[in-house]
Amino acid sequence: MRTRIASATTRAVNATSRRLGRGQGTVAGGRAGLRVDPKLLEHLSAGRQVALVSGTNGKTTTTRLLTVALGAGGDEVVSNETGSNMPPGHVAALAGTHARRAVLEVDEVYLPRVLSATNASAVVLLNLSRDQLDRTNEVRMVAGRWRAALAAAPRTHVVANADDPLVVWGAGAAADVHWVGAGMRWQHDAVGCPSCEGRIEFGEGPWKCRDCGFARPTTEVELVADGDRCPAALWADGRRHEVRLALPGRFNQANALLAAVAAEACGIDAVKALDAMAQVKDVAGRFTVRAFGETQARLMLAKNPAGWEELLDLVAGGSAPLVVSINARVADGADPSWLWDVPFERLAGRTVVATGDRYRDLSVRLRYAAVAHTTEADPARAVIAAAAGGRADALVDVIGNYTAFHDLLGAPA
Amino acid sequence: MNGPLRVAVVFPDLLGTYGDGGNGLILARRAEWRGFDVELLQAASDARVPDADIYCLGGGEDGPQVRAATTLIGDGTLATRVASGAVVLAVCAGFQVVGRRFPGASGEVHEGLGLLDVETVKGEGPRAVGEVVTEPVGLEDLPALIGFENHGGVTTLADGAVALGRVTAGIGNGDGNGTEGAVQGRVVGTYLHGPVLARNPALADLLLSWALEDAALTPLDDAAAESLRGERLGASRHRRRLRRQRQRQR
Repeated sequence: MRTRIASATTRAVNATSRRLGRGQGTVAGGRAGLRVDPKLLEHLSAGRQVALVSGTNGKTTTTRLLTVALGAGGDEVVSNETGSNMPPGHVAALAGTHARRAVLEVDEVYLPRVLSATNASAVVLLNLSRDQLDRTNEVRMVAGRWRAALAAAPRTHVVANADDPLVVWGAGAAADVHWVGAGMRWQHDAVGCPSCEGRIEFGEGPWKCRDCGFARPTTEVELVADGDRCPAALWADGRRHEVRLALPGRFNQANALLAAVAAEACGIDAVKALDAMAQVKDVAGRFTVRAFGETQARLMLAKNPAGWEELLDLVAGGSAPLVVSINARVADGADPSWLWDVPFERLAGRTVVATGDRYRDLSVRLRYAAVAHTTEADPARAVIAAAAGGRADALVDVIGNYTAFHDLLGAPA
Repeated sequence: MNGPLRVAVVFPDLLGTYGDGGNGLILARRAEWRGFDVELLQAASDARVPDADIYCLGGGEDGPQVRAATTLIGDGTLATRVASGAVVLAVCAGFQVVGRRFPGASGEVHEGLGLLDVETVKGEGPRAVGEVVTEPVGLEDLPALIGFENHGGVTTLADGAVALGRVTAGIGNGDGNGTEGAVQGRVVGTYLHGPVLARNPALADLLLSWALEDAALTPLDDAAAESLRGERLGASRHRRRLRRQRQRQR
């Protein structure tokens, strides 16, 4: 009874907040529901097959891909698509539906709590790296908490990136782990061994700790590059399938492979899952092309050094004018020092415009990176200014961190 | 000075959290822009610490911090080089490591290098997180030093060291006396990230002038950094004004 009232409260508050035009109305309703029934997430998860997705980068995209994959057989799948990835957001997503399958994006720090509340069938662990250190925990501490929580959930299928030592540590004590060779570009947070404080070596072969036995586990499937051809998933049992996506970037192919393995653990054939995911064109605005005045711009999100490292692979070779927008609001982390961990040097020679609340921090960073640039406080005007510096018909690449990206996505055309 | 100016970023694999590696880059660029020969070294923790004229140490997590201290004490190069006049800029965990003692993850005491006569213990309260502004104390002729702090330690100064600055916004060392950082000879410790030299080019030039044996440094175009300093100092004044207004309303 209490659950039904709590659930109705969640829906009512959300509907009201949406009508009042206050955001997407998920957090307020979820909070209200959890006040009525603190066990609401447990109750709403009961009887459903729940899959969780967590990690520093790629959560939203992987959640979307897995949602599509689990729906490949025609089932209705519910998900917290707005990116509210803490319990109020989870409750809000589940309150309105009887869908038997659910895919929830979960904030790294909340994973232990959400795992025990939902009794999840599958958990996807993507990667762990420095992000918003002013308000979140040290990544090693997060990995340790994952390890304890997953050890206490013996019926959960864990799908984990074998190329991130911190993820391997987090998943390492779980009963059933599907190791995926998904790759990892950014390795600076994983040099200290999470097991013995020794030194992890990333050489030609698989990574391993120089001082203890901790090493890359044997994988069930790997994402393998194949010259100029589309990268493929290669299973230990010999199966091979191209990971062809509408979404750009190697990191998205890695996300898709992890999602495919999780889909398989949830009873959907991995190849069928990959085929379904191929249709996804943009995720919550990432890689959307939109107009600012006469100018067409492709919007991208990178919110920390690891995310930037992957995205620079995608844009560094291009010649399109580039706008970089940086904010340091609460959702971004108040300290933009991480800009100095991003190898902006790779942008030398490009036409760059620095914008966002913190364009001055970015401008100082670009100066020391020897990247010629101009500054413009207003992000939409920055896009138009960047286009003026290039060919008239060129598509402008725009990369923002979290709130900067959302500002641009919602800015008036 | 014979040969190029050598700037070493010490253990970026252990003490490389949140952009502090930028301090080494900034020192190297500012010397290069003035026509000096510079070598910028990334000194990983699995090799001997190289001989250098300026050493930069950054922030790090608890475990790696302990490993960095043990390795540096065992290696011995840093202490030897400081004795013969090398310059050190040590930030956050690095600041604690070059002090006499610092706390580990569960508060246990670890030996530091003792290059600064300071001692750090685990603080009782919440972590000190946020923007900091200080008026310089230990080094003459510097303008206000600004940065972002994020630490749980409380650092007290003993006789051999003086404070780098006096806090006008933020927490700093948290010793109850309003001090931030420490200076002893040519060793400078601070809690300021940003990185600290990006926001305080005058401090970068002071360290360079020590290492370059007081060679006259031509002025550089620091318009971007000055604009950033103006913005940050303005934001900090604005927050103080809001806080005073709230206190009056109570």
